[in-house]
Amino acid sequence: MADKDYILESIPAEKFRFVNQDERIHDKKFDDKPIGYFKDAWIRFKKSKASVVAAIIILLIVLYAILCPFLITSHNATFMANLYAKKPGRVSWLKDIGIADGGMKRNFSERGLQSKLAIGVGAENYDGKHNMTVSEAMDSEYMPMIKYKETAQGYTGKIDTYLEVGFIYRSIEQAEYQRIRDWENETGLRVLYPLIADNEYTYSFDKTDANFWYKVDAKGSPLKVNSSGEARRIPMSDDMVFEDNYLRDDSGNVVYYTYAGGGDQNTAQYKVRVLYYNYFQYLYGHEPNYILGTDAQGYDMALRLAGGIKLSLEISIAVATINFVIGTLYGAVEGYYGGTVDLIMERISDILWDIPFIVLASLFQIHLAAKVGAIPSLLFVYILTGWIGTASTVRTQFYRFKNQEYVMAAHTLGARDRRIIWKHIYPNTLGTIITSSALAIPSVIYQESNLSYLGIVKLGSSKVTSLGTLLSDSSGIWTNYPHLMILPALTISLLMICFNLFGNGLRDAFNPALRGTEE
Amino acid sequence: MKMGKYILKRILLMFCVLFIITTIYFVLIRLLPRELPLEKVQAEAIKARWEALGYGKPLLVQYWIYLKNIFTKWDFGTSWYISYRTPALELMNSRLAPTVLVNVYSILFSVPIGIALGIYAAIKKNKWQDSLISVLVIVFVSVPSYVYAFLVQYFLYFKLNLLPLQMYALADAGGSYFTWKMFKSMIAPILALSFGTIASLCRNTRAELTESLTSDYMLLARTKGLTNSQATWRHALKNAMVPIFPGIIAMFFGVLGGSMIIEQIFSIPGVGQLYIRSINLFDYDVYMLDGIFYTLLGLVAGIFVDLSYGIIDPRIRMGE
Repeated sequence: MADKDYILESIPAEKFRFVNQDERIHDKKFDDKPIGYFKDAWIRFKKSKASVVAAIIILLIVLYAILCPFLITSHNATFMANLYAKKPGRVSWLKDIGIADGGMKRNFSERGLQSKLAIGVGAENYDGKHNMTVSEAMDSEYMPMIKYKETAQGYTGKIDTYLEVGFIYRSIEQAEYQRIRDWENETGLRVLYPLIADNEYTYSFDKTDANFWYKVDAKGSPLKVNSSGEARRIPMSDDMVFEDNYLRDDSGNVVYYTYAGGGDQNTAQYKVRVLYYNYFQYLYGHEPNYILGTDAQGYDMALRLAGGIKLSLEISIAVATINFVIGTLYGAVEGYYGGTVDLIMERISDILWDIPFIVLASLFQIHLAAKVGAIPSLLFVYILTGWIGTASTVRTQFYRFKNQEYVMAAHTLGARDRRIIWKHIYPNTLGTIITSSALAIPSVIYQESNLSYLGIVKLGSSKVTSLGTLLSDSSGIWTNYPHLMILPALTISLLMICFNLFGNGLRDAFNPALRGTEE
Repeated sequence: MKMGKYILKRILLMFCVLFIITTIYFVLIRLLPRELPLEKVQAEAIKARWEALGYGKPLLVQYWIYLKNIFTKWDFGTSWYISYRTPALELMNSRLAPTVLVNVYSILFSVPIGIALGIYAAIKKNKWQDSLISVLVIVFVSVPSYVYAFLVQYFLYFKLNLLPLQMYALADAGGSYFTWKMFKSMIAPILALSFGTIASLCRNTRAELTESLTSDYMLLARTKGLTNSQATWRHALKNAMVPIFPGIIAMFFGVLGGSMIIEQIFSIPGVGQLYIRSINLFDYDVYMLDGIFYTLLGLVAGIFVDLSYGIIDPRIRMGE
């Protein structure tokens, strides 16, 4: 003690000086920028790999839905060729490398295989003079059989389902006939083929079937008729030759049209036999290119899927917005004012919450669908009940924050209710609201597809489709045409998985309590 | 005693809510336009019945008659189109068995698997087994149940030909829902319903168990000399099951209400299918009853969840 006193005394007063006399003491400036709530959330969101990947996939799906009509297909949304319904994907330039060739594996009977091979042979035999063997015709671009082989039960092979349509009969006017002929000369493609004679060798089971251009028996097996009129079945072999049964005039030339009825020269209808694959090109100016095939009615599947995704996203974004707006307002009023207001509003939302979604949705569809359309009536359901979840989270958040000191301080300073709600409490709840709105998207997609699959929501318009409608169109037939079910099911599954991952990522990112727990 | 009072209060409240919702349904359904069938005898019969139910009178009078019929005669109306002149309640009862059976089987199948997978994932936390299960869980939770239905149909019927495509009708399977043949035809829908349930159960179990595995009482259990597995089984698992169990009950009711699409795909003659048919055929009495049924299901589920929290976890006291 004595030492200390001694030291203090021994230092002269003038030696003392203020440490920071000329400096002004401030808090140090931050070296880096301050991180706000949203930036913080974004940093944490970026750390979750799965959510980022999901967000990217969602972006790609959205891009697909927007760009598909421009980049992927030349068809417009109402383009439909019903003879090409339910076909798998086929693009002419991809066909050469073996993908998207419109092919399907199938089993054939001997007779069935012969009838398919005959389409390819018949397509080359456009004038009754170019008859080929099967093996020669395998190189024809109109040969539906891509490959085939014999098995114990019969034959199995892969068939181009577009070429399989083969020939059809059409009734056209004379002017149309002339236009087709002109087009044929211009492009070198053949549309008109000789008509089939109506005699004992015609396929008697269905005379409107234009594919049996060769002599067949009653069951459709190809026949060889010798000069004495004796008919014999031709067994399947690679060098078999079909005997044509074309309609010929007196001088032995094949006939391309017959008078089918109608009045004067302009309106008279003529029956012609056309090769549909080329007729399609004549009608629409391009080969049938459907990269994802066609749906159950004959619309382009790529477009239908894009339309379905677009509808799903539109509905779910609308619903998310509805949830956001109504849920916020309702929850804020409930939570902020509390007491009787809260009690009454809670009872109302409780009752609405207890009405099963499917019951409410079906009631609204029956009542309103005819007046305002299926989609708006679906949206009404969400307006009525969709926001309850959001409202209750907002309410809890308001309860948590409204009694905190800073809110009281605002009160004391004379801030009005509106200001306190929106300026002071609401920003705290934003994260939870965004999360619950984002997580509403997958459930809306699911509910919509569910309702349209069950037929409760009936879109019934050629322009609008939903993924659920595509699925419900495929029910019952998808076992024969798997792509009808696989594509929409895959799309929905992908959307659901990605939006769930994305929503979970958002939830974690907006929850500051989780900060640092992952590391 | 407090518990009994609470249950009674909840049940009374439930019936109040049910009454309000039923009123809403009634008004909305009675406002719908209705047509008489073209067939004359049927039309006469329906007309006579409508007369008795007070059609054309004010809605309040109609509702009074409707309620009176329910309480005095237990009469919820009549089906005209799905099954001509069958009481709606009878029709409904006949459809209950398949729905409940398929769902009970599905729950019985998925609960052990889901919990087992969840426990396994929690024990192997942050190892590759856990990550694999987590990825699968996300996929299986997200994918809609009808996609599973298609997959099951495709692989087990078309590819392997193990199961029938759809559920057998009662007559084809020996007149009972409990024959082996019937059960076999139920396997496909049971599987389709189970994937999602297993996944969400697994996720919940994992979350709860990892939380209790890292809690302080586990440390205590280990310090007092229990082995890791003993501590896990006796302490962590028991505590983790507290929120899981009511979840299972809620899940059962949820699946019961949500299996409509599965019933449609596998043509199960259940309540969900009845509902869809009653909408399509405008069989309003059946539609109304089915709607009430689904509402009741949801309400009961809610009560069960709240109650079972109290029964299993004594820390949560009811009615306070």
